[in-house]
Amino acid sequence: MKIATMVIALALAATTVIAAEQRIALKEGPGRDKIEANCAACHSLDYITTNSPFLTRQVWDAEVTKMIKAFGAPISDADAKEIAEYLTKNYGQP
Amino acid sequence: MKSRRDFLKTTGALVLATGGTWLAGHAHGADPVLGPAELPEGTLSSSLLEALPGKVALIKKSWRPPNYETPVSYFNDVFTRNDAFFVRYHLANIPEVAAVTWRLKVGGESVEKPIELTLDNLKNDYEQVEVAAVCQCSGNRRGMFVPHVPGVEWGPGAMGNARWKGARLKDVLTKAGLKKDALEIVFDGADSGVFPGTPDFVKSIPVWKAMDENTVIAWQMNGQPLPHWNGFPARIVVPGWTATYWMKQVTSISAVTKPYDGFWVKSAYRIPRGKFPLVDRFISQETEVNTPITEMVVNSLMTNVANGMQATLGQAFEVKGIAWDGGYGIARVEVSQDGGQSWRSATLGQDYGRFSFRQWTYLLTPSQRGALNVMARASNRAGATQTFELIANPAGYHHNVVQRVALNVG
Repeated sequence: MKIATMVIALALAATTVIAAEQRIALKEGPGRDKIEANCAACHSLDYITTNSPFLTRQVWDAEVTKMIKAFGAPISDADAKEIAEYLTKNYGQP
Repeated sequence: MKSRRDFLKTTGALVLATGGTWLAGHAHGADPVLGPAELPEGTLSSSLLEALPGKVALIKKSWRPPNYETPVSYFNDVFTRNDAFFVRYHLANIPEVAAVTWRLKVGGESVEKPIELTLDNLKNDYEQVEVAAVCQCSGNRRGMFVPHVPGVEWGPGAMGNARWKGARLKDVLTKAGLKKDALEIVFDGADSGVFPGTPDFVKSIPVWKAMDENTVIAWQMNGQPLPHWNGFPARIVVPGWTATYWMKQVTSISAVTKPYDGFWVKSAYRIPRGKFPLVDRFISQETEVNTPITEMVVNSLMTNVANGMQATLGQAFEVKGIAWDGGYGIARVEVSQDGGQSWRSATLGQDYGRFSFRQWTYLLTPSQRGALNVMARASNRAGATQTFELIANPAGYHHNVVQRVALNVG
């Protein structure tokens, strides 16, 4: 799709999909702000809570890397590191 | 074939993984409607029943992109209601497509004369056919993998069965002058990602599957227009194969001479080679180690019983369920009421075709008090049966482990 169409599509999606979305209160901790600023652009944060608590540090790292490399998420290296650390600590395998 | 001892080892692991409450079916204090206790704790606690516009309340797995699962009770009907049919998207930009402005482009290097169809063209210019077929997410039951793997943590309801009506893909490709050198047919839909760098959800199938008389471009589902969330105004229906190929809101169909190399075919939806008893191959996409997922594995689900349900000593009741596979057809369903030691045939219901759910019933009379372990396993006409031990694979596909439900006989 072209960008112009995409913007319209996003506006439509905002009325149909996001209407139901509730704010997800992730656990307090360093890095939470980076998640809200980066991850939530493409997906609701229940993707994190629902994938818990069973992923190891290695798998959370791989997930963050996949979002950047495979899905084109524009996340800085510093933010990516903080995000993976937060996920491992708060939503990783106990 | 695995022995009962092996099976017990597997279920033992499940019991441990859920804090020993698997048999009670109320792990983590979650509502059993939200899914079996084997689902990850975080999945159960962040799921809720919620209705998207035009849908009944389904099990919300994620809001954006929207992923909603059908509660098991709806599978007591052989055809799944449109408003209860599961919803699965990869990307969050999902436009509302208007029937009057929708166009379907049919082109690519392997057609002689590209065409563009309106919805009226699709309905009126081609022979209309209807096929009953199961649409099942490749990752249905992923949440029950032990150990858990990342992804949408589905319970058993990322599937549905419907009567799909439309034009044969084959007829449309023929009209566009499909050439002999076509290798794959590539589908794109109206959805897209938020960032330009996100790979668009595009899928391909081998040309032989596209030319199968059962593969259709459907504009009707159970006699009604497709719901928005299930692909209005038209989607690709690939009976027997998992839902990843059933492109929703399809806008383009391209015939190509080379293997399509986009992310969703090249990297995603792949299974290790040689681990599953599959027959359909997607040869142009195979690598040394993996291959695209193709047909569904044989499976079954008990639909009217749940862990912890009460039964009465000496009083017969009917266990109901469904069975399905990748299009060979269900040969038999067997039920065990002694935890897998002995098996007896269930009665199969009406046959709606080899791609449909097949209902079955089994009359059971509890003969002693206490726990009664009921298990069901389906076998298909290709000789495949369900597994007792999970076939591990990194993305969590093809879960068809034999289901076990523990009733309390009082």
